[in-house]
Amino acid sequence: MATSSYYVPESSRLPIFTSIGLICMAAGAAGMINHISSGTEGWAFPHFVFFTGALIVAAVLYNWFGMVIKESMGGLYSQQMDRSFRWGMGWFIFSEVMFFAAFFGALFYVRQWAGPWLGGSGDKGVSHMLWPDFIYQWPMFNNPAGADLPGPNAIIDPWHIPLLNTILLISSSVTITFAHHALRTMQRGRVIFWLAFTVILGAVFVYYQILEYVEAYRDLGLTLASGIYGSTFFMLTGFHGAHVTIGAIILFVMWIRIVKGHFTPDQHFGFEAAAWYWHFVDMVWIGLFFFVYII
Amino acid sequence: MTTTTAAHDDHGHHGPAKGIMRWVLTTNHKDIGTMYLWFSFIMLLTGGVMALIIRAELFQPGMQLIEPEFFNQMTTMHGLIMVFGAIMPAFVGLANWMVPMMVGAPDMALPRMNNLSFWILPFAFGMLLLTLFSEAGAPNFGWTFYAPLSTTYAPSSVTYFIFGVHLMGISSIMGAINIVATILNMRAPGMTYMKMPLFVWTWFITAYLLIAVMPVLAGVVTMMLMDIHFGTSFFNAAGGGDPVLFQHLFWFFGHPEVYIMILPAFGIVSHIIPTFSRKPLFGYSSMVYATASIAFLSFIVWAHHMFTVGLPLVTELFFMYATMVIAIPTGVKVFNWVSTMFQGSLTFETPMLFAIAFVILFTIGGFSGLMLAIAPADFQYHDTYFVVAHFHYVLVPGALFAIIAGVYFWLPKWCGNYYDEFLGKLHFWLSFIGVNITFFPMHFIGLAGMPRRIPDYALQFADFNAVASVGAFIFGFSQLLFLYIVIKTIRSGKQATPEVWEGADGLEWTLPSPAPYHSFSEPPQVK
Repeated sequence: MATSSYYVPESSRLPIFTSIGLICMAAGAAGMINHISSGTEGWAFPHFVFFTGALIVAAVLYNWFGMVIKESMGGLYSQQMDRSFRWGMGWFIFSEVMFFAAFFGALFYVRQWAGPWLGGSGDKGVSHMLWPDFIYQWPMFNNPAGADLPGPNAIIDPWHIPLLNTILLISSSVTITFAHHALRTMQRGRVIFWLAFTVILGAVFVYYQILEYVEAYRDLGLTLASGIYGSTFFMLTGFHGAHVTIGAIILFVMWIRIVKGHFTPDQHFGFEAAAWYWHFVDMVWIGLFFFVYII
Repeated sequence: MTTTTAAHDDHGHHGPAKGIMRWVLTTNHKDIGTMYLWFSFIMLLTGGVMALIIRAELFQPGMQLIEPEFFNQMTTMHGLIMVFGAIMPAFVGLANWMVPMMVGAPDMALPRMNNLSFWILPFAFGMLLLTLFSEAGAPNFGWTFYAPLSTTYAPSSVTYFIFGVHLMGISSIMGAINIVATILNMRAPGMTYMKMPLFVWTWFITAYLLIAVMPVLAGVVTMMLMDIHFGTSFFNAAGGGDPVLFQHLFWFFGHPEVYIMILPAFGIVSHIIPTFSRKPLFGYSSMVYATASIAFLSFIVWAHHMFTVGLPLVTELFFMYATMVIAIPTGVKVFNWVSTMFQGSLTFETPMLFAIAFVILFTIGGFSGLMLAIAPADFQYHDTYFVVAHFHYVLVPGALFAIIAGVYFWLPKWCGNYYDEFLGKLHFWLSFIGVNITFFPMHFIGLAGMPRRIPDYALQFADFNAVASVGAFIFGFSQLLFLYIVIKTIRSGKQATPEVWEGADGLEWTLPSPAPYHSFSEPPQVK
């Protein structure tokens, strides 16, 4: 419930700079992608717009989080403010879950309905008349228009790199919990160790993910353009990999803060938010491991 | 009061800064609410001009004024601007103004993020509107942007559209998280959930809908981007994907979206009708439960937009019945509004007129929705002007009338002056008559088989189209009167009392009019 000391910040330049940075990134990215798609080589005006926007956003993020940390260390945030941050972070993660749900939903829909219908099953087998020779199977090595749109030659074996990555990410969820326990009991040395360990596990995960992509593109013919299998595979694992990268950067920032002596045993929501995000990324991976790699 | 004032002085909290930078840099919920409302009004006029271009072309059969390509850009941009630029930001603006005052909070929970949520929008819509002047032209595939029309056959401006949608989504999600945090965390002591005003309740549920479905929209436009530029096959059957997948994902977002545009309207009307009936709202708790039920059901009815696409029979039946179930909680609401008025001492000030018109005309839109929900019948109605009539009845005399009613209702609280009641009533009657002349005939031409989104039509539809166009111009130009009334009220008018309306009830009416810059620096006690 409300207390009389809820901190309402003064007017700030940061939001408007964020908006300007975001619109530069959006318009720049759109122009850049259109430029690439039209087949023109080299740099053009949109590239500069995009990178200017990205620089602005990076600078804003640095300053915005810096300001929040300063306000927090200055004791401006009450318990109630802390709860606002908790609700905010929690529902932000939920929105991320829904973003992934769209891609998982696409995968389930294709495997459960659209694919079999293309292969002629069901009482609505109209679409199979387009490619009467198409036989549905998953993974889809032969696409309906196989001649123009070849499928992958092979897929990633789940029991090599993906299994290793599963072990890495689950371990990292454990190590971050060790770090959290150490933070609560004020053993700063152990926090620094376990958190660093977590970041390294995340980085190794990303490294293996990159190796896997190289293998897929170079040896297996599994690309973004190899039909719906490649589309769902790369979009799901790609967005997940991006989230691991962001999560590892967040954890690294938390590591710097701990080295600098921030956080107390009772007040360390910055750390907890990073840990929540990390667990979320971990959960998405478990979903990926089962539904994309194994089944 | 003393402790708070001291604490505030420490952090340098005084009145608003001067000049334009007050608006650019503000963290104040009232300033941000005001900007949202003005932005949405500008978008309403922009989208309205596009609607009038459409209606002017459709005044007579044959091609008179514009090219078919431009007509398609107009229908697309009209829909996008009205949905994402006019209706949604207007509700967010009202929430910004009213939610902190209604729950007894000093401001929104996350004020800087609040400013960011707003300032993304003018840039995003600026970019979207600029595509009109590009060589390829603006997006032309309808506001529902079905694949492959929006992928394989799209103009190159689709890339800008995709990133524009991403920006709007970021803005909406941040705005919704802010509202959720405010309502969960900033309520005055004693304000339990079942004592929250209904506008707060409906926005609370709406915010959850936004957080749940805007990311799905982001996902679907990302798939479009990848299909267009990076060779993926999400919506391409040749690669094993399915264009119907687009429709499933889009309407999984799209159906909750239409409730995002109507639930806050329910909240506004649930404040206005009790006030001018001088009675408490009939069935408060059933209103809350009905709102929650509608929100839940909105997630399991999306395929009623897709009855003719070739769904299995069992799917059609499920979505038909699930859709019809929504009529029950909606019926509860309409029953409660009518029962609130029953035996009340009613007066008919402008907000009340708009609210009553809302109840009647929204119900008409609801009934045509029930007709559309009948899967076999929908094969006849699908993609005709009957659909256009249906959703314009729920969005114009539904959502928009509720927004206008809310503006008249709260304007004296915002600027301290009463509006001109005669002009307000004039605005109401012009709008009411205009809206019905515009959209009622569309039911007939739709049932007779006129397809939507076409620039030319068969001769037998000519008379009703001419009537609808006349109504559209009456309705459109009468909104300029609204602009005049609002500006006049801001500048002058009878001084408003703190209570403003005789039957008004709630924390927001305990504050002076105009409301102070920081609403409740000390949380009020709710009994």
